[in-house]
Amino acid sequence: MALLNELAKKKEGLVNGHRLCPGCTHSVIMRQVLAAADTDKYDIVVAAATGCFEVSSGLYPYTSWNIPWIHNAFENAASTISGVEAMYRLWKKKGRTDKDVRFIALASDGGTYDIGLQALSGAIERGHRFLYICNDNNAYQNTGNQRSSATPFGASTTTSPNGTVLQGKSQPKKDIMSVLEGHHMQYLAQASPSNWRDLMNKVKKALDVDGPTYLNVIEPCTTGWGFPQNKSIEIAQLAVDTCVWPLYEIEEGKVKINYKPKNKLPVEEYLKPQKRFAHLFKKGNEHLIEEFQKQTDRHWEWLLKREESGVSY
Amino acid sequence: MSEKLLNWDEVLIGGAIKDPGNSKSYETGSWRVERPVWNPESCIQCMFCWVYCPDSSILVDENGKMSGIDYDHCKGCGICVEQCPTKPKSLAMLLEADAKGKSEEDLRKEVFSK
Repeated sequence: MALLNELAKKKEGLVNGHRLCPGCTHSVIMRQVLAAADTDKYDIVVAAATGCFEVSSGLYPYTSWNIPWIHNAFENAASTISGVEAMYRLWKKKGRTDKDVRFIALASDGGTYDIGLQALSGAIERGHRFLYICNDNNAYQNTGNQRSSATPFGASTTTSPNGTVLQGKSQPKKDIMSVLEGHHMQYLAQASPSNWRDLMNKVKKALDVDGPTYLNVIEPCTTGWGFPQNKSIEIAQLAVDTCVWPLYEIEEGKVKINYKPKNKLPVEEYLKPQKRFAHLFKKGNEHLIEEFQKQTDRHWEWLLKREESGVSY
Repeated sequence: MSEKLLNWDEVLIGGAIKDPGNSKSYETGSWRVERPVWNPESCIQCMFCWVYCPDSSILVDENGKMSGIDYDHCKGCGICVEQCPTKPKSLAMLLEADAKGKSEEDLRKEVFSK
């Protein structure tokens, strides 16, 4: 991996002037992704699903993209990129182009975990060569923080508010990595913008796979999660250090954990700075934090066991 | 904002935009409440501010080194200051209202000579 000074010399694929909130990490992730891509060797084409990033970077008549970018609808980023990729392969076969082009589909958790799951599953099954990146901000933040299946247990959103009866979302978060792993794809990984080197390595690896790949990235949302705008990267780092968001990759079914925190922090460290979890710290709600910790530990230990066993398919 | 809106017959099919990266002409710097001020003397050129900047507002020279801040687009989120690893930090936030009408040199002195 090149040094940051080397990467900084490259022409930016995503320029400024987009209308994301101050402190939003959507653009941080995408800048890291495009910096990691070896754009001297190949071109990148991006398809985006509806979401915060789409509406703020493609506000007609402006675009923040220096690379070809296409938006179709909320549910079909994966189908759209499938079509583009299929046409590229046909052109290549007919000799209409000799360029090397790599494809990225971009969506948030709403467009991946819920609405776009069917299109994504279909595209992976058909075996198109593309990298699907999910910027997981844990709710439908674009429309004002409605609960999605990526919303973690206990989080208060406008459609799973905390009150006298319910204390935020009562269901655990969907484990999308396991859902997608069932497609037996060659490479899928989970990353965080706070660990940029790890994220960049994963992007590089995924783009070189001849087939569908998936990258799940945590995207702290200042307005939806309720923390000061300068803390975005810190919150992402806390999610990694508490093992709420483990950094791991699955290569042909074999789990590899890329980062094991030296001292695993209790989940309170991650929950405390965020307003959406404030009610968990009220008197009488201690059992909810315990439940959160239990869910986190269960997943982390399961991952550790899987890595240790070294099984693959 | 530049601009005259397009007529219906001037809009490309599919709403395509011919001019990649034209959002650069939209200046988001006016959103800023606080501005980061950079101290090149203590900066170690680690480029963490560059890699974590959401608005590509860390200016880079031809050697890949930080050369300043793009105040036309910086939204003043302060991530760069949080992530700056030097002690004391080479970036600091200053209220936009206090920075008005002062040169960058003066601001630097004001913030970092304390």
